[in-house]
Amino acid sequence: MALTGLDIFKLLPKTNCKKCGMPTCLAFAMQLAQKKAKLDKCPDVSEEAKQLLAAAAAPPMRLVKFGSGDNQVQAGQETALFRHEDKFYNPTVLAATISDKLTGTELHNRIEAINALKFERIGTKIGAKAIAVINESGLADAFAAAAAAVKNQSKLAIILVSDSPQAIAAAVSKTAGAMPLIASAKMDTAEAIAKIAKENNCPVVAKANSIEAISQLSEKIKAQGVEDIVLTLDGMNLRDQMFNLSRMRVLSLKKVFRPMGYPVISFVKGTSCDQQAAIATSLICKYSNIVVVDTVEPGAWLAMLTAVMNIYSDPQKPVQVEPKIYPVGEPNENSPLLFTTNFSLTYYTVESDVEASRVPSYILVVDTEGTSVLTAYSGDKLNEKIVAEAMKKFNTENLVKHRKLIIPGYVAVMSGKLEEATGWEIMVGPRESSMLPKYLQEVWK
Amino acid sequence: MPVPEVADSFSGSVTKITLGAAKAGGGTRTSTITVGGSRNVVYGGAPDNAGERPVIAMDVLDICPDDWPDALVEPYKDVLGNPVAWAKKCVNEFGADLICIKFDGIHPDKGDKDAEQAVKVTQDVLKAVGVPLVLWGSGNADKDNQVMPKVSQAAKGENCLVGTVTQDNYKALTAIALADGHCLITHAPLDINIAKQINILVSDMGFPLEKIVTFQATGALGYGMEYAYSIQERQRLAALGGDKMMAMPVICDVGYEAWRAKEAKLVDAPAGWGTVQDRGPMWEATTAICLLQAGANIIRMRHPTAVAAVKNFIQQIWQ
Repeated sequence: MALTGLDIFKLLPKTNCKKCGMPTCLAFAMQLAQKKAKLDKCPDVSEEAKQLLAAAAAPPMRLVKFGSGDNQVQAGQETALFRHEDKFYNPTVLAATISDKLTGTELHNRIEAINALKFERIGTKIGAKAIAVINESGLADAFAAAAAAVKNQSKLAIILVSDSPQAIAAAVSKTAGAMPLIASAKMDTAEAIAKIAKENNCPVVAKANSIEAISQLSEKIKAQGVEDIVLTLDGMNLRDQMFNLSRMRVLSLKKVFRPMGYPVISFVKGTSCDQQAAIATSLICKYSNIVVVDTVEPGAWLAMLTAVMNIYSDPQKPVQVEPKIYPVGEPNENSPLLFTTNFSLTYYTVESDVEASRVPSYILVVDTEGTSVLTAYSGDKLNEKIVAEAMKKFNTENLVKHRKLIIPGYVAVMSGKLEEATGWEIMVGPRESSMLPKYLQEVWK
Repeated sequence: MPVPEVADSFSGSVTKITLGAAKAGGGTRTSTITVGGSRNVVYGGAPDNAGERPVIAMDVLDICPDDWPDALVEPYKDVLGNPVAWAKKCVNEFGADLICIKFDGIHPDKGDKDAEQAVKVTQDVLKAVGVPLVLWGSGNADKDNQVMPKVSQAAKGENCLVGTVTQDNYKALTAIALADGHCLITHAPLDINIAKQINILVSDMGFPLEKIVTFQATGALGYGMEYAYSIQERQRLAALGGDKMMAMPVICDVGYEAWRAKEAKLVDAPAGWGTVQDRGPMWEATTAICLLQAGANIIRMRHPTAVAAVKNFIQQIWQ
């Protein structure tokens, strides 16, 4: 829970010594509360006050990192239950499993299949972020061998999944430097696993079958000196799991209940690829920071990763596309030229309908600060000058031979002025983008 | 350290609404569907506050669609253009909770069929299946005003869900739906203020709030899904806060939107995207699952594989 300036003031020496650069301790406390000053500027603050202030300043949900180098991932430090309240910060880390029963070519191919789960959407690269090595064999040697193979063959972050401290120790020794996430410590193995985690500077998963048990377990692990903890619910049906994950989110964020103040990992169980994707999607939305699936089906991954992208986009910021000319199909100098706004939702709808028309076209995206056609027009972010300038800037004169511009039906009213401003013939397109295929096929001809 | 209590109690709840009328209710439906009733956010509090299970309305078009991707045509290839056989297939083989007759064919640009044809489709489908119906216009205001009142009359007493009405065009359909005893879909373009406004407008005409379902417009996964998602979450919070004008159950149009997405239908997709046969149903199912997390009550869907995946998920949560 954030402390107020007055709360902090009570913890300061109250000497008004000015050594911090502030005229009074109260002024300094106010700066601290606004996070504009650092406590170490005060030379006389007590150890006790330091600890209290540090604890209060910690985010309600800890940020946990694992993996190494450019492929290190981070999970947690969320602040909201609903994305519209703020935004979700650290996109769900999606991981795929590898059984340690696999060896040789099978193991090699499985790792390659996971490495290949990479896509590009709206100019952003998305993909699998981690590999969970599962100790299905029950053998420490096999587990360590599979972990070593993953480390050699993939740059992705590693999650080591075993209940056996011996197997974990063996695998950690083979993945030194890669900072794997150790999954999992249970009540009876907490000390042994926490010891391995501490010695190797790895984060560790606390696994139990109830919120009460998990909170005891995370306290126990923390008492062993491990701060980077991830929580997981074990042995629950999907319904109970979802309800408990929501309760955990509330406990960490609204109650600032420290034993729950960690990110969550969930392992998806499901017989088919379809079911796994459905459950994973639910966990992405409500409230798993790391989700592990068995499927490596690219179609399922593309859908799950897109869901992460959508849910973790900033709701305060309209998603924009870059203002420029977008060719659809393979247009030439005789192809139609349409304009729309740079609100991504508007653009993608128009793009998909132009594509559906099978008429190769150019779409001129005008910068309207990410607003839709009607909003932009009523806010004067879309007028004949702005369109004319965009046409000039992107050199539409040399792009097409004809002098015809198709405009959104909703701004038919601007056609007169636009014609004057550009000298081009203005063709009023349909109001609804879904009518574009018909328009391009019939009216354009 | 003892785990603190999380006491989320809300003064309001989502309205419970029953669709379809059986014999006792003056209709001919063999089953009715009740949705809504949630007294908490999705997965909030105890499972018995979650309300009624969400349901799936499968789309049946009044005409043979000419722009469906092959992967979507495949499961329906023997019934497209035959709404009766199509509806039966959805109910008997794919387990549709509701049938949504989408009157694309009356649109001036998509066939311009007259009211007579729309009425016949409605009557035939009513006879062919026992589940409640959703009757959804073409989106062309003038044509919907001509045709949809007659469709409403043809289904009088069946307690269908008819729509949609918008803030610019609501009077004709609202009046007739009221007279014929149907429920009504109010439609806003991803704008929570307009959503409330249209509910006020139709209730000012005397339409009962407890017979309204809201449609906030739907974005497909990757194409604005998150806008609908957040509006639905805000709507649920408003309902729980006691706002009667925002307490209606929510319907989403996932089938149409998801199958417009490039990812769902692109045949010559980049390598590593998986097969087009799997991608479309996956896109539709994932869109639906996301919107369920934000509190959707009725989901319009198309591909049977996607429907099966979503039904399986719903089954696990609403045991």
